[in-house]
Amino acid sequence: MQTFLRYSRKMILTAVVVFCFTTLILLIAGAPPFAAYYHIFKGSLGSWSKIAHVITVWIPLTLCASGLLYTFRIGLWNIGVEGQMIMGAIFSTALLRFGIESHQPAVFLGLSFFAGAMGGGIWAFFAGFLKTKGGVHEIFAGLGLNFVAQGIILYLIFGPWKRPGVASMSGTEVFPQTLWLPFLSTIRLSPVGLVLALAAVMVTAWMLRYTWVGLGLKAIGKNQYAAFLFGLKPGRYMLLAMAFAGGFAGLAGCLQVAGIYHRLIPAISSNYGYLSLLVVMLSNYNVWVAPGVAFFFACLNIGSIQLPMMLRVDSSLSGVIQGALVLATLAIYAWQTRNKQKERQN
Amino acid sequence: MRIELRNIHKYYGPVKANAGISLTIRSGTIHGILGENGAGKSTLMKILAGFSRKTRGTVSLNGSPMTYKTPAQASRLGIGMLYQEPLDFPVLSVLENFMVGLTGNISDRNTPHRQIFEQLAKDLGFNLPPNAIVKNLTIGERQQLEILRLLGLGIEVLILDEPTTGISSMQREALFKALEQLASEGKSIVLVSHKLEDIEALCDSVTVLRLGRVSGEMSKPFDTNTLLEMIFGILPVQPTCVETQPGKTVLVMDCVTATGGRAGLKKCDVTVRQGEIIGLAGLEGSGQGLFLRLASGLVQPKQGAVFLQKSKMNGKDYHAFKHAGVTFLPTARLEEGLIPGLNIAEHFALQNRKGFYVNSPEAFKQAKKSIEKFRIKGQPVFPVESLSGGNQQRLLLSFIPDDPVLLLLEKPTRGLDMESALWVWEHLQKFCAGKTSILFSSSDLEEILMMAHRVWVFFNGKIVKDTMISDTDIHELKSAIAGII
Repeated sequence: MQTFLRYSRKMILTAVVVFCFTTLILLIAGAPPFAAYYHIFKGSLGSWSKIAHVITVWIPLTLCASGLLYTFRIGLWNIGVEGQMIMGAIFSTALLRFGIESHQPAVFLGLSFFAGAMGGGIWAFFAGFLKTKGGVHEIFAGLGLNFVAQGIILYLIFGPWKRPGVASMSGTEVFPQTLWLPFLSTIRLSPVGLVLALAAVMVTAWMLRYTWVGLGLKAIGKNQYAAFLFGLKPGRYMLLAMAFAGGFAGLAGCLQVAGIYHRLIPAISSNYGYLSLLVVMLSNYNVWVAPGVAFFFACLNIGSIQLPMMLRVDSSLSGVIQGALVLATLAIYAWQTRNKQKERQN
Repeated sequence: MRIELRNIHKYYGPVKANAGISLTIRSGTIHGILGENGAGKSTLMKILAGFSRKTRGTVSLNGSPMTYKTPAQASRLGIGMLYQEPLDFPVLSVLENFMVGLTGNISDRNTPHRQIFEQLAKDLGFNLPPNAIVKNLTIGERQQLEILRLLGLGIEVLILDEPTTGISSMQREALFKALEQLASEGKSIVLVSHKLEDIEALCDSVTVLRLGRVSGEMSKPFDTNTLLEMIFGILPVQPTCVETQPGKTVLVMDCVTATGGRAGLKKCDVTVRQGEIIGLAGLEGSGQGLFLRLASGLVQPKQGAVFLQKSKMNGKDYHAFKHAGVTFLPTARLEEGLIPGLNIAEHFALQNRKGFYVNSPEAFKQAKKSIEKFRIKGQPVFPVESLSGGNQQRLLLSFIPDDPVLLLLEKPTRGLDMESALWVWEHLQKFCAGKTSILFSSSDLEEILMMAHRVWVFFNGKIVKDTMISDTDIHELKSAIAGII
């Protein structure tokens, strides 16, 4: 109960700081702040179809965030999550392309999930391998692989997989409707994605809480050397954590292809990977809080689409709010730690 | 400088670390502060050095009450403290470390820091190369550097917290000589220790603390029994070495060479038999730590062969050694031995991993049992970093499997008070009766002479002396440690 109170106090404090900061930004930009907040709210939760739109963003964010919980638990900064999502999209596109001519598209649709998870997993495994065997820091390895993934997707869209006639930034040719994920027609939301995202959260929570994988990741994250003396193999656990993170991110990439765009586009990942890093940090690495934060971020993203039309404010305001949130949280955290240290000294 | 502490209180939440301590330190004297771990020595000294703030009480310097809140303010008043672990910058050179805090301006090239440093070092008889990188120095040398740096700041009161832990006997002698000289120049020295011999060898007067209060004071000449009574209340029983008949061969090293540490290990030929307790003596970093890591599979030999119970272990990793019955306990408890952030029960869960799920109730039960058996002050849900040093060591000992073949212990009683150290040894000796061999390193020769059957003296990466305890004495070992055979 006390931790809950402390946590909610911190949340309120953060919200107030971010609110003041954003209001200031809006005033400087010359836009009416409360109207902006109203439009963000209305644009994200104002109707069922808006909410469904928010959920389509929430799904990849939550999947990536679930995967990142494994890597953060072992103390790895899997910044390569963006590239892992892209590779998941590429792998599942490759598989779906085989399904175009086939008589059983459902089989290929099902297999594309595995392909997506494989693609992301392999890409993460590269980063993990470079880290454990090559001694390359995972941030550099991940960042480098992100660029490579971006290069590959552009090459495919403008090269081998280009539209008949002319290649364009709008992506590859749209798949036949038989290869689309089933969706609820009125609100254009795929229940498969929703189920997968919820399952990812459940599985992650259960893995981290009750299994050896969870305890091993935690032990190595806290003290790699001592964990080794206890008989754990840090290298293996690191690869495992990376594979989980990459797998979930790849699945998110697959859903973007099969459920939303129905083709491969250059911006298939929409920076959701990077955003999910913020989600996990903001949720204080808590598996139950992360989906909530992801939902809030999705609301901001969708809600701010309205802003340019209504108030002639750029929609990047959502990015400002998200960034400010994370910075404020980190600042408040640092402030609390310092206070605690002072208390301990006095 | 004359220091008066009056009625000092220091509370950490409900814990009363200092409960009304008063004492006076005259200028030009060496004053000892004695007491067990947790008696409040370090707390009191940290208050005096401005590192932590007192809850109540007054500190007077030369008769006038002073308030200061940071170590920087304290050093401006002339008080400097040498902490138990060296607080320096390992990647900088000796001279650069010396200059830290001395230079106020951006460019300060005109002050001849090098001459000042060399003069101070010469005066005290310290031999420190100014250009050496600090991380390559021994603990003792780093201590000397810290003393010189504090003197460079112009301090009048020097506080030393357990300065003889982890340094060689030669360095100890050099340190004591320097301290005596500083005292004769009029500086006040405060020596915090739980080692009676240090206090008796050096101090003019001593204050004994017990459970946060002053339990007695004494001036030269000291009476050991009275001091012991002041420290412990009742006298502890001295342990004795258990006699066992050495059995079959357990560990053989055949001409093993390896790199690592300061000296590496060169052409090491040894045989360890069942039931033997062998003490590894030598200066810090002479190869003892590397030997223990070789014998536990953490380091691979460059040349030569390692045999464990007749099977060749070259190329096998730590986990294979562990599986074969080798247990290694490192000296840095929170850095290498335990996992801060995990609680006691989770540590037990990590011990026996089976299946897919963590068996939490079982681990909890096991933790509870061990806490009772090893008299650890804590609960299964306590994070390990909240335990005191002695309790952390007890916890580590409780992880040793029931019948290890070979126990490798790196300074098993480092930083423990006498009672905890005795308890540790009582526990360890039980293993020998069960045919376990124990190899332990220690910087305390008395401990080796008291506990071991055999002693190996390491010097510069070589075992220069291998003898039974009954065939040697402390003087012979001391000269062997210094490389004189």
